[in-house]
Amino acid sequence: MSRLRIELGRIGAIAWKDLTAERRARANFNAVLSFAALVLVLFGFALGPDAEALRAAAAGILWLAVLFSGILAFHRSYQVELENGALDVLLGYPGDRRAIFIGKLVANLVFVLVVEALLVPLAAVLYGLPLLRAAPELMGVFLLATFGFVTLGTFYGAMASRVRAREVLLPLLLFPILIPLLIGAITATATLLVGDPMGEAGAWVRLLVIFDIVFFIACVLAFEHVIEE
Amino acid sequence: MTDGSLLIGNHLEWQREMAAGREPAVELEGLARNFGRRWALRGITLRIRPGEAVALVGRNGSGKTTLLRVLATLLRPSRGRARVAGLDVVSQAAGVRELVGLMGHSPGVYDDLTAAENLRFALRMLGRPVEEAHVAAALEAVGLGAEAGVRVRGFSAGMRRRLALARLRLQRPRVLLLDEPYASFDAEGVALLNDYVRETVGRGGVAIVATHDLARAEEVVGRIVTLEGGRLASDEMAGEPGVVTAGGGRLAARAGLPQEPQPT
Repeated sequence: MSRLRIELGRIGAIAWKDLTAERRARANFNAVLSFAALVLVLFGFALGPDAEALRAAAAGILWLAVLFSGILAFHRSYQVELENGALDVLLGYPGDRRAIFIGKLVANLVFVLVVEALLVPLAAVLYGLPLLRAAPELMGVFLLATFGFVTLGTFYGAMASRVRAREVLLPLLLFPILIPLLIGAITATATLLVGDPMGEAGAWVRLLVIFDIVFFIACVLAFEHVIEE
Repeated sequence: MTDGSLLIGNHLEWQREMAAGREPAVELEGLARNFGRRWALRGITLRIRPGEAVALVGRNGSGKTTLLRVLATLLRPSRGRARVAGLDVVSQAAGVRELVGLMGHSPGVYDDLTAAENLRFALRMLGRPVEEAHVAAALEAVGLGAEAGVRVRGFSAGMRRRLALARLRLQRPRVLLLDEPYASFDAEGVALLNDYVRETVGRGGVAIVATHDLARAEEVVGRIVTLEGGRLASDEMAGEPGVVTAGGGRLAARAGLPQEPQPT
C-alpha cells in the first residue's frame, strides 16, 4: 500500500471509530441536540413575541446555538481518548499524527452537520424563517462556516485535552478566534434570509473560504505539537 | 511523514544488527526529563542488546514510566538521547513508532467498540490489511475468542488487559514496552503475557518490563535495572547467586521494594 493510501486509511479509521462510538453511546448526541434546541427556545422567549424582531435576530441565535453545542461535541471527541488511556495508544501508532487530527475533524464535521440538519428546520419553525428562499446558498454558507468552526474546535479540543481545566479552557481559547468566522456566518445567513438584494453575501462567503483555508493549514501543521504531552 | 520513507531500510538495518547481536537495540545516553522543577529522569545511560528482556524496578516516582514513555515517543527527553535500533526518538520518532509497542497502565481500548472492532481499528492504524483470520487468532490466543462481538464496556479489567495484549500480538513490535503489565491479570493472563515476552525476545526483539511484581517478571527477564530518584541505581543479571532471590530479596532492599515474597 502506498504511504498516502495508508494515511487515508488511518483518517478513515479514526472517523469511523469516533462516529461508531457516538452512534452507539447516543447520550452525547441527544444532549447536544437538546441543548441547542433549548438555546433556540430560550432566546425566543428572551426576545418576546415580536415576529420581526425574532426574524432579525434568528441568524445570530442559530449560530450561537451551533457554537455552544459544538463545544460539547469537541470535548467528547477527546474524552473518549482519555478514557482507558487510549490517547497514548493512538499517539503510539506509526505514521503521521496529523491523520489523527483530520480523522477527528471528519467525525466532528459529520456530527455538527447532523445537529445543524435538525436544528435549522426547528429554527425555521420557531422564528418563521423563509429557508426555501435561498436553500442552496444557505447550505453553502453552513458548510463553509461549519468546516472552519469544526477545524478550530477539533484543534483547540486537542490542546485543552492535555490540561485539567479543559471544560473552561476550550471555550476561552476557541471563542475569541472564532469571532471573524461568526460575523461572516451570521451576516451571510441573515443576508440570504432577507433575499440579499444588494448581493452582499458573496463577500462574506469569500471571507469564510479564506478563513477555512488558512486555519485548516495552520491547524494541520501545528497539531503534532499541541497533542504532545 | 517525517521519516517514513526510511522505514524499510530501518527494519533491514535492525535485522542485520540483530543477527550480529552487537549493536544495542535500545540505547540511552544521559537521558533526563523534567516536569517543571521536578526531574523524573536524571541522566540515565543504558544499553540493551537484541534478544534481552529487562525488568525495570524502583519505587513509585523513580522514573520507570517516564523512561518507557520517552522510548514510546510519547515524551521528549529534556536532555540526553534515546535511540531505538539506532533511530533517535525525537528526530526519527515515526520510525521508532514502527518498532515499539507499549502496554501502559491503562489498556487503551474503546468501550463502545467490540473486542474485534478494537483490533480491526488497531490494524488500520498500523497500516496493515484487516484480515479477519488474524483478528480471530489474536483474540483466541488471549482467551477472548468467544467475546469477539461483545462491546468492551462490559469487560472486566483483566479482559481489557487481555484485549490490549491481543493488540500487541497483532502489532508484533520489536521493542515491547510494558508498564506494570501484571496488574489486573489472573494467573493465566500472566502466563499469556510472559509467553508473549519470551516470543518477542526469542525472535530477537527486546522487552522492557517496568514492574513492582518482580517475582512474575523474573520468569522471563534476564536482567534487572533499578531506578532510584530518576537515576540508575543498579544494573544486574537476574538469577545471579545472591543478586536476586525469588522475591527480589537483595534487589528489593536496594530498590526500596517490599522484601516479602511476592504473590504469584
